[in-house]
Amino acid sequence: MKNFDIVGHRKWWFCLSGLLVLIALICIIVKGFNFGIDFTGGTILDLKFAQPVTVAQVRTGLEQDGLQSSVIQLSGDTHEESGKEVIIRTRSLSSEEAQTITSHISAKVGKAEINRVETVGAVIGSEVTKNTILNVGLSFTILIIYMSIRFEHRIAFSAIAAIVHDIIVVLGVFALFHLEIDASFLAAILTVLGYSMNESVVIFDRIRENIHTHRRTDSFKVLANDSIRQTFRRSCYTLTTVLFCVASLYFFGGETTKNFALVMLVGFISGAYSSICVATSLWVTWHEHSRSRRNETPDKE
Amino acid sequence: MNNKRPNTLRPAKLFRFWAVIAVIFGVFIFTLVPLAKSIRQGLDLQGGTHIVMQAEDTPENKVTPEAVTQVIAIMQKRINEMGLTEPIIQREGANRIIIELPGEKDPKKAIETIGKTAVLQFKDEDGNVALTGEDLKTAQEQMDSNSRNPVVALQFTDEGGKKFAKLTADNIGRKIGIYLDGKLLTDPVVNEEIDGGSAVITGQRSLEEAKNLAILLRSGALPVKVSVMEVRTVGPSLGQDSKDKSVMAFTIGLSLTVLFMLAMYRMAGFVADTALLVYVLILLGILSALKATLTLPSIAGVILSIGMAVDANILIFERFKEEIAAGKVLRLAVQAGFKRAFTTIFDANMTVIITSAILFFLGSGTVKGFAFTLGLGVAVSMFTAITVSRTLLMLLIDASWIHNPWWFGGKRGYDR
Repeated sequence: MKNFDIVGHRKWWFCLSGLLVLIALICIIVKGFNFGIDFTGGTILDLKFAQPVTVAQVRTGLEQDGLQSSVIQLSGDTHEESGKEVIIRTRSLSSEEAQTITSHISAKVGKAEINRVETVGAVIGSEVTKNTILNVGLSFTILIIYMSIRFEHRIAFSAIAAIVHDIIVVLGVFALFHLEIDASFLAAILTVLGYSMNESVVIFDRIRENIHTHRRTDSFKVLANDSIRQTFRRSCYTLTTVLFCVASLYFFGGETTKNFALVMLVGFISGAYSSICVATSLWVTWHEHSRSRRNETPDKE
Repeated sequence: MNNKRPNTLRPAKLFRFWAVIAVIFGVFIFTLVPLAKSIRQGLDLQGGTHIVMQAEDTPENKVTPEAVTQVIAIMQKRINEMGLTEPIIQREGANRIIIELPGEKDPKKAIETIGKTAVLQFKDEDGNVALTGEDLKTAQEQMDSNSRNPVVALQFTDEGGKKFAKLTADNIGRKIGIYLDGKLLTDPVVNEEIDGGSAVITGQRSLEEAKNLAILLRSGALPVKVSVMEVRTVGPSLGQDSKDKSVMAFTIGLSLTVLFMLAMYRMAGFVADTALLVYVLILLGILSALKATLTLPSIAGVILSIGMAVDANILIFERFKEEIAAGKVLRLAVQAGFKRAFTTIFDANMTVIITSAILFFLGSGTVKGFAFTLGLGVAVSMFTAITVSRTLLMLLIDASWIHNPWWFGGKRGYDR
């Protein structure tokens, strides 16, 4: 690893990240988010049919109750547009209505039993939204304070910028594939936040240490590159073990934690990349910028 | 290499090393499943109904903390009388009540019984209220011996009995109405004064309906109105399916992590894996001791924390490799690795602990479980990854059994 120059290629990283963020933002603006009932209020009816059914069949079955415009999705094992497990998202239904509808569908489409019914009132939905914003905002604030105390404010803000990038990328993926955003999404996002920060901390911790051992003439660029090189293998290994766990959660875990695992899958990869390439590059650029500014004026003194 | 200091195997230390490993593996194999099973399972794993209710102001009654406490007590009574297994009822925030009913597939009935205000009123034909639920001593469902219809037999208090006698005496030949929450239950014609202090409510469709009414009347009226905010019901087959899948994801995640550490750090990786097993046991032990509830999100937290737990060991071992490369002997390199990696581990784990803590204190129900297991997991793993693996590694090095740093993840060579 002799020609290890991450920071030297920073223009590429900034371009790549800028492009990623741009694409993600376009996806978000064009396609919008698919907010689940945790945010909007409403009912999820998760049915299990004895025989495979199609979305169109279920939609016809819902006509009787005027719910044909509901969001209908197949889940679990599916074969050519049909499957036994169906998730229906409707307006808020009472438990009584949910049962009536199920019996109507059973009669019309095929025998079905209720796997899961979830109803969330609109009041709770708006609370979850408020809570999410509060949570993310508070996490950012506390992490910036923590990093500023343990390191310095430039490191804190560089790391946070990388994390904002990760969150936008994850949001973009969810908008692009129209994946449902539910209450657990917040937990996953905050975990990505924690992980991305963790990555940055390890690198900046090394920089903090190397400041004492490096020659004073060494530039910030050399310092950063050396620190990244020294922690690079650790970053890869830790990313691997964490991805092993998240991937097994995604591929083998329960149905309801699938999207949750996906957030972390995308977020962790983005987090590792952005901490190594973007956060450090930002930090070096910031330092070089403030130094050159300092050099311009106080020369006369 | 000129140093000819004897560097022979110390069998006693080596034996102790393998004995500790054997004990840890043995304990892990035999206690993992019972330990995991001893933790209470959430509704998404065992099936059941989760209900969030909210106490609300009405023009007559305002919500006060005392009123909510009273509501919970009354609901508790109703739930107990319904004979459901292991129900949980708890307060959330100022005026929310969370009710968890494991195994309950039909939330409709449960909500009807638990959430009814249940104000009982006896009125004369002019609509004057003569008696209320307050005047009841008890209520019991039974089969009427003459008509073979289910009824609810009421027993009044002494005061209530007198009121009822007066009501019937004043209204002979006229109807009296019995109302529940303003809805007419029955309106019998009074034939004569009834002074025995008891009455029956007829018009019940089934004995079960009569039983639910009796429960409501016995437990008394709720001081304020409650409304249902959120209902989540999971069927038992989905619960079992989720459980199987969680076990699968846990096993695969843990196995891959263990194999990866073995492949990358050989003997040191083996020690880290042993520490990981200790970590899993401690985490499950704490969850069990705290009577925490294991839900799908909290299992996700456990699985994720396994991947993060070995991070401390990776940091230590990478440091260790640098020290070896710098020419240190194994023993000193290991010590330096632990020492120098500590602040990094601390600062790095703090970030995850901070976000978990925020999520735990501010997040909503399902998210709390995830935040709790993840935060707790990272904190515990910081301890096990450092202490357990250091103890074992030092024991291994003191045994003077392995001299090639390759076995510790380093390059091939010979250590004195």
